[in-house]
Amino acid sequence: MEGKYKLKDGCLTVAMPKELDHHSAAGLRAETDMLINAYHVRHLVFDFSGTEFMDSSGIGVIIGRCKNMSYSGGSVEAEHLNARIEKIFLVSGLNKIIKVNRK
Amino acid sequence: MENRNEVTVIFDSYSVNEGFARMAAAAFVTEFNPTLDEIEDIKTAVSEAVTNAVIHGYEDTVGKVHMSLSRRECELTVTVEDFGKGIADVEQAKQPFFTTKPELERSGMGFAFMEAFMDSVEVESAPGVGTKVTMKKSIGAEEA
Repeated sequence: MEGKYKLKDGCLTVAMPKELDHHSAAGLRAETDMLINAYHVRHLVFDFSGTEFMDSSGIGVIIGRCKNMSYSGGSVEAEHLNARIEKIFLVSGLNKIIKVNRK
Repeated sequence: MENRNEVTVIFDSYSVNEGFARMAAAAFVTEFNPTLDEIEDIKTAVSEAVTNAVIHGYEDTVGKVHMSLSRRECELTVTVEDFGKGIADVEQAKQPFFTTKPELERSGMGFAFMEAFMDSVEVESAPGVGTKVTMKKSIGAEEA
């Protein structure tokens, strides 16, 4: 888990893997949920700075976390999307479900 | 020289091979002079098809996945075949957001992604026999 997760004032920032697919999704999901529950996370940020590939398995992970966070009244956003990840968000409609931070 | 080439790879249905399969497909198409977008489209489609074989075709068992890549001039054909469970209702499986495994947080977008990123997608499947997905894409068509 080294360096992938940053926690500050109830905000958890998750550095997404280089290749976000079914293979990498299971560990990411388990670790993120464990931290959300253990530290009462109110705000979740998916940081895609290091992500070069994502398929529909990644969408499942993000939608799942959005649902869980909305049950507990928290918020979720995504940031640092490259052009390819933007396209995946657009084709899947994920950009309508999650706030995408463009800066 | 005629532009024909064909490669077939056979691998175990471990999730780690999803990455291998899409890298192999990307390597195969480099000689077509594809755009970066075309390479990424193919990688995504291959990843979806292979993930389906791993998760749905073989579920908790391990079997062989056959992937063939072939070129006829500028057209790429990718087939991904498993010999697992099969799909009872292919039309239903292709519906966006339909999934038989919501507990695994599957988004149900696998076939929708294959269709979005390739020119055509055909699925042949029979319960207990397996599933074969055939996808085609013209490379370099966007420049013309």
